[in-house]
Amino acid sequence: MSIITLSNVQKSFGQNQVLKDVSFSVNKGQVVALIGASGSGKSTALRCIDRLETINSGSIQVCGHHVEDPHIDLRKLRQDVGIVFQSYNLFPHLTIEQNITLGPVSVKKMARKDARHLALSVLEQVGLADKADSYPEQLSGGQQQRVAIARSLAMKPKVMLFDEVTSALDPKLTGEVLRVIERLAGSGMTMVMVTHEMNFARRIADKVIFMHHGKVHESGTVDILKNPATEELQEFISNDL
Amino acid sequence: MNFPLNLAHLQFLLEGTVWTVVLSLMAFCGGGFVGFLIALGRITPIRPIRFLVTCWVQLVQGTPLLIIMFMVYFGLPGLGFSISPLLAAGVSLTIYASAYLGEIWRGCIQSVPRSQWEAAECLALSRTQRMFKVILPQAVKLATPPTVGFSVQIIKNTSLASVVGFVELTRAGQLINNSIFEPFIIYLIVAAIYFCLCFPVSALSRRLERGASEKKTRQPASALPQIN
Amino acid sequence: MILDFSAILSQWRLLLNGAELTAQLAIVTTVTGFLIGTLCAVARRSQSVICVRVAAIYVESIRNTPFLVQIFLVYFGLSSLGFSFSAFTVSVIALTINVGAYTAEIMRAGFDSVHKGQWEAAETLGLTKWQQYWHVALRPAIERVYPSLTSQFILLMLASSVTSQISTEELTATANFIQSETYRPFETFFIVAGIYIALSLMMRLIFWLFGLAIFPRRRRLGTTI
Repeated sequence: MSIITLSNVQKSFGQNQVLKDVSFSVNKGQVVALIGASGSGKSTALRCIDRLETINSGSIQVCGHHVEDPHIDLRKLRQDVGIVFQSYNLFPHLTIEQNITLGPVSVKKMARKDARHLALSVLEQVGLADKADSYPEQLSGGQQQRVAIARSLAMKPKVMLFDEVTSALDPKLTGEVLRVIERLAGSGMTMVMVTHEMNFARRIADKVIFMHHGKVHESGTVDILKNPATEELQEFISNDL
Repeated sequence: MNFPLNLAHLQFLLEGTVWTVVLSLMAFCGGGFVGFLIALGRITPIRPIRFLVTCWVQLVQGTPLLIIMFMVYFGLPGLGFSISPLLAAGVSLTIYASAYLGEIWRGCIQSVPRSQWEAAECLALSRTQRMFKVILPQAVKLATPPTVGFSVQIIKNTSLASVVGFVELTRAGQLINNSIFEPFIIYLIVAAIYFCLCFPVSALSRRLERGASEKKTRQPASALPQIN
Repeated sequence: MILDFSAILSQWRLLLNGAELTAQLAIVTTVTGFLIGTLCAVARRSQSVICVRVAAIYVESIRNTPFLVQIFLVYFGLSSLGFSFSAFTVSVIALTINVGAYTAEIMRAGFDSVHKGQWEAAETLGLTKWQQYWHVALRPAIERVYPSLTSQFILLMLASSVTSQISTEELTATANFIQSETYRPFETFFIVAGIYIALSLMMRLIFWLFGLAIFPRRRRLGTTI
């Protein structure tokens, strides 16, 4: 059952066409790794799924929403889709708990007490329940990223998008974030990750999509990483090692 | 509709405008000269001078311009000096402008990177030579946008000279109003004339500031606090 | 030429009343001016072309005309429309309109300084534009421009002296009255200048305390955004 479908998506920034003809789909419960060199368009494709960028042509369907429709109810879309950014984007003037309860209270109109319980439970999930009253600047990068994941989870999304979430982290801190993502994958969450962590992708991804110059160049199971069919993917993998 | 102002009135307003410009230039030149001294005084290594100048600047910046004008126009005669409205307005605006320009320029001098001072020192230049040949030329470039921006303040503040009786644009409007009593239209025209004087200068200041934006601090000059 | 301050100081009650009115003007117009200015800043950043244009016209008109002329326009404009407000009310309206324009520029810079990622994170959590401004952008923006806001509102208090020209009985009007009675203009204005400076210092202190109250993070951690 396809929960995300991109069909013939094209996207340009001014003169620069970043997405040339992107089509792929993601089934419920699948973990998809979106890989490719810088400039291949993978982050842009991910951001288009949550309507952070609008597309020039083609269609994107997410959980029954037509994302390319200019009259789409964005709030409903954003309740079904959670996204975690490379630079975490935690709100510096709010405590960790307030960061997490902001969405449920303001958007889902949850009662504050219930929101607090929810915040503590998602913090448990990412292993940071004791940090509820701290401010983001008091946490390490890895901890902040885990809070960012918890913040998205608190909205109970159907799909989670990860945009190079470990790229800004020291190698030491990357592990704790990847462990959280792995646990999430194991619980059945539908996920699309833009990542450079090839070993991690090999371990948890059900599907790998390799993008090159704005198009889906090759896609399949993690086997394509072992036996790439195209030259470009082969080159990409060998550069990675 | 009968337009209440005739040609003579408009001519009178224009004369007032000329005096507004004259007063602005007086204030800018006087304030600029004294302001330069104040800027130097704020960064001099001689402690007592620095202290006195700082106190003076805080005093002037913490007092409404109207009070300064009253003090000069009414206060000086009380001490035995006689003074015309033009001179009183000119002196007051000079005092006011010098304090603010001094601060702006001090900030710009201090924004010139430390390394420039050190490089000049290593070239065996004296303190005066360092100041005039290396630091000031760079400071002038940094100072141009906010100085142009402040001159808009000067133009607007000349309107307070009307309160001590000097016939610039605002006073001209008041006098016309005394004879034909159509205050709203008169002051609307007066405001429009001020707008025509100030807006080009504001726009110029913004353009200069955009040009210098690589070296800019976080906030644009238009977002700095302004009086009036 | 002998300076005699006692004649002025004996009028301390009058001076106190004048200072009190100045303080009232300052407090009321700080609040109203901040509200107008913030709404105007939001309007300048909105998607609607009309909002942006109207806000820009408002801001540029105020910033390029003298406050004295603005207050006359408000005063005579209101009376020609049939309203007869007190001088205090007219002063509040004129000061609010004036400081609102300058505050709008400051707050616009503040909102612009909030990183794009913050807005995106808030948007992807499903918050509306208003919710994004209120919960995510407002406090960091204020924190970043707090020194400018403080200075602006102190300048506002000083600018209230101009309202003496429409007979508001604040400190400057009181000064004029006293000097006309005592024939000691220099001493009068000297003391009044001192009172204004004292008011500025008091405002600075109040803003500092207020800052501690509304920025709990700053209070706890001592860091700036």
